[in-house]
Amino acid sequence: MVSAESRAMLAKSAETAAAKAGRTLRLSETKPGDHGVIVEVRAGSHSGGHGVAVDELQRRLLEFGFVEGAQIEVLHEGAIWRDPIAVRLDDMRIGLRRRDAEGVWIRLDAK
Amino acid sequence: MTDVPLPTARVALVGNPNSGKTALFNALTGSRQKVANYAGVTVERKEGQIATASGRSLSVLDLPGTYSLRARSPDEVVTRDAVLGKLSGEAPPDVLICVADATNLRLVLRLILELKAVGRPMVLALNMFDIAQRQGLRIDLEGLSREIGCPIVTTVATRKRGIEDLVAQVENLIASGVLSTDNIWREPDAGQIRDAHREAQRILKGNVRAPERPDTFTGKVDSVLLHPFAGLAILFTLLFVMFQAVFTWSKAVGDLMSDGFGALGASLVAHLPAGILTSFLTEGLISGVGSVLVFLPQILVLFFFIILLEDFGYMARAAFLMDRIMGGAGLHGRAFIPLLSSFACAIPGIMSTRVIDNRRDRLTTIMVAPLMTCSARIPVYTLIISAFIPNTKVAGVLSLPGLVMFGLYASGILSALGVSFITRRLLWRGAVEPFLMELPAYKLPDPLNVARSLYLRAQIFITRAGTIILPMMILVWFLSSFPGAPAGATDPAINYSLAGRIGHLLQPVLGPIGFNWQMTVALIPGFAAREVAVAALGTVYAIGNSDAHPGALATTLQHHWSIATGLAFLAWYVFAPQCASTIGVVKRETNSWLWPAIMLIYMTTLAYLAALVVYQVARVCGLG
Repeated sequence: MVSAESRAMLAKSAETAAAKAGRTLRLSETKPGDHGVIVEVRAGSHSGGHGVAVDELQRRLLEFGFVEGAQIEVLHEGAIWRDPIAVRLDDMRIGLRRRDAEGVWIRLDAK
Repeated sequence: MTDVPLPTARVALVGNPNSGKTALFNALTGSRQKVANYAGVTVERKEGQIATASGRSLSVLDLPGTYSLRARSPDEVVTRDAVLGKLSGEAPPDVLICVADATNLRLVLRLILELKAVGRPMVLALNMFDIAQRQGLRIDLEGLSREIGCPIVTTVATRKRGIEDLVAQVENLIASGVLSTDNIWREPDAGQIRDAHREAQRILKGNVRAPERPDTFTGKVDSVLLHPFAGLAILFTLLFVMFQAVFTWSKAVGDLMSDGFGALGASLVAHLPAGILTSFLTEGLISGVGSVLVFLPQILVLFFFIILLEDFGYMARAAFLMDRIMGGAGLHGRAFIPLLSSFACAIPGIMSTRVIDNRRDRLTTIMVAPLMTCSARIPVYTLIISAFIPNTKVAGVLSLPGLVMFGLYASGILSALGVSFITRRLLWRGAVEPFLMELPAYKLPDPLNVARSLYLRAQIFITRAGTIILPMMILVWFLSSFPGAPAGATDPAINYSLAGRIGHLLQPVLGPIGFNWQMTVALIPGFAAREVAVAALGTVYAIGNSDAHPGALATTLQHHWSIATGLAFLAWYVFAPQCASTIGVVKRETNSWLWPAIMLIYMTTLAYLAALVVYQVARVCGLG
């Protein structure tokens, strides 16, 4: 059952990969395998409920290297609610929660 | 010209986490290190001395790792204030050594730009340079040095390479009389961080060529260790092995030590005249010191694994894998290590919550840490289980005592998750700290550094725990020994003491949960350390030296207690804040009496309610 399900998911991601190229989306909505360039890091574009102010979250993201122009690739995701995610950001690896990644917009590359 | 010794110069090590800063500190200072706390805050202050070839002495401060001077955790505040020279009780550093992982320069370049703004003379140590060379990473050292305006030394801290060069460069800076310029550092806003990254990117592009053979090992290992299901399975297997090791490897040594302290006490009793002094030495001092030290083997084995996994780079992955599981209960992924340590003893667990940036996350972790089943509960659990739980098999294979033990561990973990969930809901609704964590490249741990870290852990535990546990033990000894028994007394002496009186006073309150007065009296010494309750029960039931008949106490308890009472006692021990030292450490770490007071109240309430429910239900089921 699991393998059938994962096969279906693989097929789906393969068919959308080509269609997705050039699309801009939030880092929080990406899947492992997606890769592209960060086009914008916004403050205050997330759903709220953080322990820190929105511009503080933005500054932390920037400090970790989530800046416009950085190359990013989604590597892994957690088992529960596919969260958190692990990304390769330029030459570093960083783990973060999807909710904290909402302000990061990326433009996907072609496969 | 003169033979007047040169004044000691102060050097501070700054750098990103995972840059090998501590390894470099060890390589620089060797065994001439001192660990203490910064005045007023519970952040570890590590300082070491170097005697240079020219006869100058350098005092080196290892500052907590940070990505930015914009400090967020108590650790990072110390780094910022020390660098700025604003830390109370600390002289400002004469020279900064910025430690960088040569294979990962992007973020540290931004930190260097911030440090330059502070205006202190600085040397950049490009550490792990061997790995950079192996990867075929080309760094134009002269160009880079010109760009950032400070000398660069390449180092391999684990092999002690480049250390002399580094010291020589520091001396050069001091001897050439380069003075600090004005501090123009201000907390950067988002725009300035972006500018700094652009600048870092420009410097990187101009002076560093991408590796010819980039590290693919980390990626391969991660595809297994961070796999959503295999990763979790491996994590739990690792934890299982770790606990096996903690309890089997350390048991022999721990038993040996506890026997040793017992023998020492016994020989004192034999050779000294009976009296208050002997009683103080054996029951207060020796058993006090002993009760601290018997946990040392367990704590060391646990920390051995934690340090090994930390140095390998796995702990960040463990936090990643556990983040959602613990996040459901409102705990931060970083709370994983402190809670893990709490299975050995809550004291090192609570002390290691310092890695958590956010105050609320840290307080929640501190508050639930004592609910993890620490090893001091094991003697109590073992005694009660052997007395009241029949050694039968369930479903043919599982032993009932083993299941009960497992259930006690599980109730500890579940209640910790529950309490943190409720704390989050009631006190700090919705506020969740962002989870952003570097997943460092995997590296083989260096045995010497592991050994040194372990030694440091032992030292910290003995001094900190010792200074709290020992006075508590002495206080409890005083309560249990004074006033002494009147002449012709028939009951054990403890009944006439202050502890005995308190016990009798509390008895009506504890009656509904099935505790008789002997148990209530035994709870008082048990407050020093949980396992002391076993010895105290022996004292009140006048078993005396139960060593000759190990099962004697269990048998006595069977005669005096109902099964319901035994079960209620177990339930009580899952929750009860029966460890004054933990309360003391919480006071120290939170710097307030409020949190230890809350902990005492909530845990006692939980313990009472749990014991009440267990006792009453067991009575209804006919076990009364």
